[in-house]
Amino acid sequence: MDGATYRVLDGCRINKDKPLDFWFNGEKFTGYAGDTLASALLAYGAFPVGRGLKYHRPRGIYTAGSEEPNALIQLETGGRTQPNLRATQVELYGNLIATSVNAWPSINFDLWRVNDWLSPLLPAGFYYKTFMGGGVATGRWWRLFESSIRRAAGFGKAPSAPDPDRYERMNAHCDVLVIGAGPAGLAAAAAAVKMGCRVILADEQAQIGGDLLADDREINGAPALDWVGATLKTLSKAPDVRVLNRTTVAGLYDDNFVIAVESVGDRNGPPAPSQLPRLRMWRIRARQIVLATGAHERPYVFPNNDVPGVLLGHAIRHYAGGYGVVPGRRVLLGTTNDSAYRTARMLSEAGLGVTLADSREAPPPSLVEAVTRVGVTVEVGFAISAVRGSRRVCGAEISRILRDGAVASAPRSMEADLVGVSGGWNPALHLASHRGAKPVWNETQACFVPSNLTALGIHAAGAVTGVGALADCLDQGHAAGRAASKAAGKIRRTRKPVIEGDDVADPVPLQKIWAVDNRQPGGKRGKAFVDLQNDVTTRDIALAAQENYRSVEHLKRYTTLGMGTDQGKTSNVIGLALMGQQTALEPEAMGVTTFRPPYTPIPFGALVGRDQGELFDPVRETPMFDWHVANGAIFENVQLWKRAYAYLKPGETLEQAVKREVLAVRNGVGIMDASTLGKIDLKGPDIVKLLNMVYTNRWDTLKVGSARYGLMCREDGMIFDDGVTARLGKDHYVMTTTSGNAAIVLAWLEEWLQTEWPDMQVFATSITEAYATTTVAGPTARDLMSSLDSDIDWSNDAFPHMTVRTGKVMGVPARVFRVSFSGETSYEINLPARYGMALWEALVVRGAIPFGTEALHVLRAEKGFILVGQETDGTVTPFDVGMGWAVSKKKDFIGKRSYARKDTARQDRKHLVGLLPVNKSTVLPEGGQIVDDADQEAPMAMLGHVTSSYWSPMLNSGFALALLKNGRNRSGDTIHILSLDGNADEARVVDPVFYDKERARMRG
Amino acid sequence: MLLIQCPYCGPRDESEFDYGGEADIVRPKNPEKLSDAEWADYVFFRTNTKGRFKERWVHTHGCGRWFKIVRNTTTHEHGDVTVFGGVEPEAE
Repeated sequence: MDGATYRVLDGCRINKDKPLDFWFNGEKFTGYAGDTLASALLAYGAFPVGRGLKYHRPRGIYTAGSEEPNALIQLETGGRTQPNLRATQVELYGNLIATSVNAWPSINFDLWRVNDWLSPLLPAGFYYKTFMGGGVATGRWWRLFESSIRRAAGFGKAPSAPDPDRYERMNAHCDVLVIGAGPAGLAAAAAAVKMGCRVILADEQAQIGGDLLADDREINGAPALDWVGATLKTLSKAPDVRVLNRTTVAGLYDDNFVIAVESVGDRNGPPAPSQLPRLRMWRIRARQIVLATGAHERPYVFPNNDVPGVLLGHAIRHYAGGYGVVPGRRVLLGTTNDSAYRTARMLSEAGLGVTLADSREAPPPSLVEAVTRVGVTVEVGFAISAVRGSRRVCGAEISRILRDGAVASAPRSMEADLVGVSGGWNPALHLASHRGAKPVWNETQACFVPSNLTALGIHAAGAVTGVGALADCLDQGHAAGRAASKAAGKIRRTRKPVIEGDDVADPVPLQKIWAVDNRQPGGKRGKAFVDLQNDVTTRDIALAAQENYRSVEHLKRYTTLGMGTDQGKTSNVIGLALMGQQTALEPEAMGVTTFRPPYTPIPFGALVGRDQGELFDPVRETPMFDWHVANGAIFENVQLWKRAYAYLKPGETLEQAVKREVLAVRNGVGIMDASTLGKIDLKGPDIVKLLNMVYTNRWDTLKVGSARYGLMCREDGMIFDDGVTARLGKDHYVMTTTSGNAAIVLAWLEEWLQTEWPDMQVFATSITEAYATTTVAGPTARDLMSSLDSDIDWSNDAFPHMTVRTGKVMGVPARVFRVSFSGETSYEINLPARYGMALWEALVVRGAIPFGTEALHVLRAEKGFILVGQETDGTVTPFDVGMGWAVSKKKDFIGKRSYARKDTARQDRKHLVGLLPVNKSTVLPEGGQIVDDADQEAPMAMLGHVTSSYWSPMLNSGFALALLKNGRNRSGDTIHILSLDGNADEARVVDPVFYDKERARMRG
Repeated sequence: MLLIQCPYCGPRDESEFDYGGEADIVRPKNPEKLSDAEWADYVFFRTNTKGRFKERWVHTHGCGRWFKIVRNTTTHEHGDVTVFGGVEPEAE
C-alpha cells in the first residue's frame, strides 16, 4: 500500500516512536502503537474495507466506535481467528492479520455486485417472497439456491481449529458500577468514591476519557485531559476502586447483575502472553449503577450515502483529534446541530479545506463566526443531498432544505473527497433496555432517552440522557454518583467540586432531518441507505409501510433493519422515524425495538471460560477407581460418576469380557464396585411415617436388621426411583437409591419434610461418599466372605436374604446388606471409603472376578429386574412393570390416588414383557419400536418399544425387556421390532423373568 | 440473575437456588375422597399469574432450606420472604 499520507496531525492517543506493521486483506500497512485498526487504515485513505450484505457495494469505515456497521473484519487465522470484529475497536499490534468478512471472492472484485444492478428485483422481503412464499414450486427454488444465497449473505468464518487461548471468569461486587468513563462517568465515579463506596468504573475504550479524547475541550479553564488525569489519580488512590478499561459491559440483568468482557491478552495479538487470558468475563453484582454510556451520532440519509469516504461527522473529529488522521483533503460536513462546528474548526486549523452545510436557518452566530474566522465556508440552510463516486467519494451535492427534509432548490455541486454527516445523537440506552426500561421520546433533542431507571437501581448521567453540553454532563455525573451512593446506603456529606465545561453560550437545538428527499430536477438519484449493515434503503422502508407493516418490530423483521452485529446502533431511530413519516406517526408513537444483550458480540471463548475439556464437569471417582483403570476397565458416565462398564483382558472384545463376567457371577463369584449407589442416612422417631409416604409399600413391620425393597413414585403415580432401605436401629435407617438419583431423592425427601410435614422428626443425610461399597455375588459368595477375617456369621440362617448385619470385616467396621440385583447369593459390603481398595484387592486375591455395569445389567435383565430410567421413563406405574405386589392398598402414599384415575387404571396400558428374538443370534435394538405387522403402511400403529436388550450367556440367545401395549395378555404372540436401518426383527412375547423364576438362587 | 434473599443465609445469586413452583399448594388430607378432577387440580394445575406471584425456592447450593417469596412475574421485583414450619429465621 502507498504511504500513510492522511496522517496529517499529532494524535493524543498514538505513539509515533512505535510504528507497527500489519496486514489487511493480504497487503502490508504500517500504523502506530495506540492506533485502532480503523485509524491505521484511514491513514491510507477512506478506501473500501468491506462490502454491503445484499448489494455488495464497496463500504468504508463509517464510525469510530462499537456502533460500526461496515468495517467488520476477521482477525487472525486458524484456531485464534475471530469473525465480525469492528475495525474501529481492534487495537493495533505488530503483525496483526485482518481480512474483510463480506467480500467474496475479494474486496476488489465482488461477484455479487450483480445484485446491485439487479436491485429493482431485490426489494425488502425478496428472498422470502420468491423462495419461501408458499407452494411446492417455490420451496424447490429455495432448496436449489439456499446454499449460494447463504454464502453470499454470510458474515465471517468460524475458526478452523480449536481455540488455543485461555479465557477467564471473574466475579465482583461493588456499591456503584459506573458504565462509561467519559466526563459524566468520571465525575460520577469520583463522587461515589468520595461517599465511601466500592466502585467499579468500566469503559470499552483502551483509554479513559470517552469523548474528551477526541477533542480539545477545556474543564475549569485547563485542557480536559488534565482533569481526566487528575480524576484517575484520585480514583487510583481510593481503597476500593477498580478501573476496567477495554471492558465492554455487554448485558444488564435482574437485580443489577452485569456481564462485562475485558480484553486482556488480546490486545497484544496472539498468542496472549502465557500468564494472561485472552479475554476476561466479569460477572458483577452492583448495588447501584450509573449509566454514563454517552450517545452515538446518527447521520441523515441521502442518495449514495454509503460510498467509502462518507463518515459520521463525529468520527472524523475522533480520528483527527485522537489519531491525527483525516482521510481526505477537501471536507464537506453536513450538520443539523451545533456539534459539527468543533470538527470544522479542528480540520480547518489543520489546513484542510472545509465546507460546513448547516440545515438550520439560524445556527448560533458565535459558532458561525468562530469557524468562518479560521477559513470554514458555512452554507446556512443547506444539507448534503447526494454523494458522487462508488469506491471513493469524488464529489457531492448540497441543496437548500425545507423543515421536513424536502429539497427546495436545484443542487449545487461541491468538490469533496471526505464527507461527514451529523444528524443528531442517539443516547446509548441499550443497557437500560436490557432491564426493560422503556425509552421515551425527547422532542427537543429528537432522540429516545431512558426512563424510570431509579426504581431499577440505575442512575443515568451525561449524553445518555440527551444532554449535549459538557457542563451538563459533568453536573449530572456528579449528581448521579451521589444519588447512586446514597441508594447503596453510603451517606456522607461532601462538598460539590467545581467542574466547569467550556460550552457555547447560545446553543440552538437541532433540526429534525431523517432523510434528504432528493426529487429536484437534476438531483442525483441513487440508493439512500438507512441501515448500512443490512443494506436497508429508504425505499425498503417505504415498501414495508406500503405493504401495511406498522409496528417497528415487524418493520425490523421484514426489512432486517437493525439486525446484525451492530443491532442498528446508527440506523434504528432513522428507520422508525421514516416509517412514521409514511404512516403520519411521530417517533414517540412508533417506539423503538427492544435492545437485547449482548451490547456487542461476545466470543464463545469468553462465555465458556475454563468450563471446557476436563474442567467442563467435575468427575467423581470411587475409592477403587485406580484399580479399575489399571485392570483394563472401560468406563461409563453415570451422572458425574465414572463407573467400570467392563474389564477387558488383553485381546478380549467387549462382548467376550461381558460374557466372561456374567458367567463368573452365575457359576462362581464376582465382585462389583457399587460405591456410587446413593446412600441416605435417616435418623429420628418419624422415619416409618416418612417411608410409608414416599414408598408405595408398607414399612411399619420392618424389624431392626431387616431390609426391604421400595418403589418411589411422584404424585402422578409414575415410578421415579427404587432401592433397598434397611433398618439399623430403632430410629436409624439407611436408604439406598439409584446411582444417578442420589441427590434427587435426597432433595425429594427434604422437600416433603420441610414444606409439607415440618413436624415430622427425621434427619436425612447423604452418606454416599463416606462408604466404599463392594457387591460380592455368585453361588460361592458365602464361601468367599467366610474366608475373610470377620465377626459376622455368613450362614444363610443367621444372615438370610434381605437382612443387614454390622460387624467387622478384615478388622474394619462394616455394614453388610444381603440384597441381590444379579439374582445370585449376594452381599453388599459397605466399609469406610478409605478401606474400599484393601477389601477389593483382598477379594481379587481370593479369586473373585470383577464385573462391570454391563454384566450387571445382563444379570438383572435375565431376572426381569427393572432399571429405573431404562424400563421407566416417567410414564410407567408399578402396575405397568408388574410390581403391583409392592403397592399397598392399606395406607396413603405419594401417588396412590392417581392409580384410580381413568388413564392410569386402564388394563391395556403398556406392560413390561420379555422378548425372545425368533432368530436367537439377534440382539434386538434398544429403543426399537414394536409393531404387529411390519409391512403395514406408515404411519404404523406403534405398540411400545424395547427398553433393554442383551445377549444372554445362560440362554445362549439374545433377549430383551420391553414395554408393550396390553403386553401381559399377549404372552406367546409374535411381534416385530423396527430398526433404524428399516429392517424388522421378529420376536416372541414371553414372561420378563428369564432365569431362576423360583428365586431359589438368591435366597440360597 | 436474581439476587434472592435467603432467610437463613442472606442475599445470594439465583444460580444457588432451585425453583419450586407455586407456593401454598397443600397436599389433600384424604386423597381417596377427592374426585378425579379435584385430584388432577392438585397434581397438575397451577395458576399462571401475571404480576405478584407467591412461589417456593430452595437454597440448594447453600443451606438447603425451602422458603417462599413473592415475585412479580412481569417485572421480577421480589421480596416478602416467608419460611416453612413457623420457624422464623434469626435476625442477622
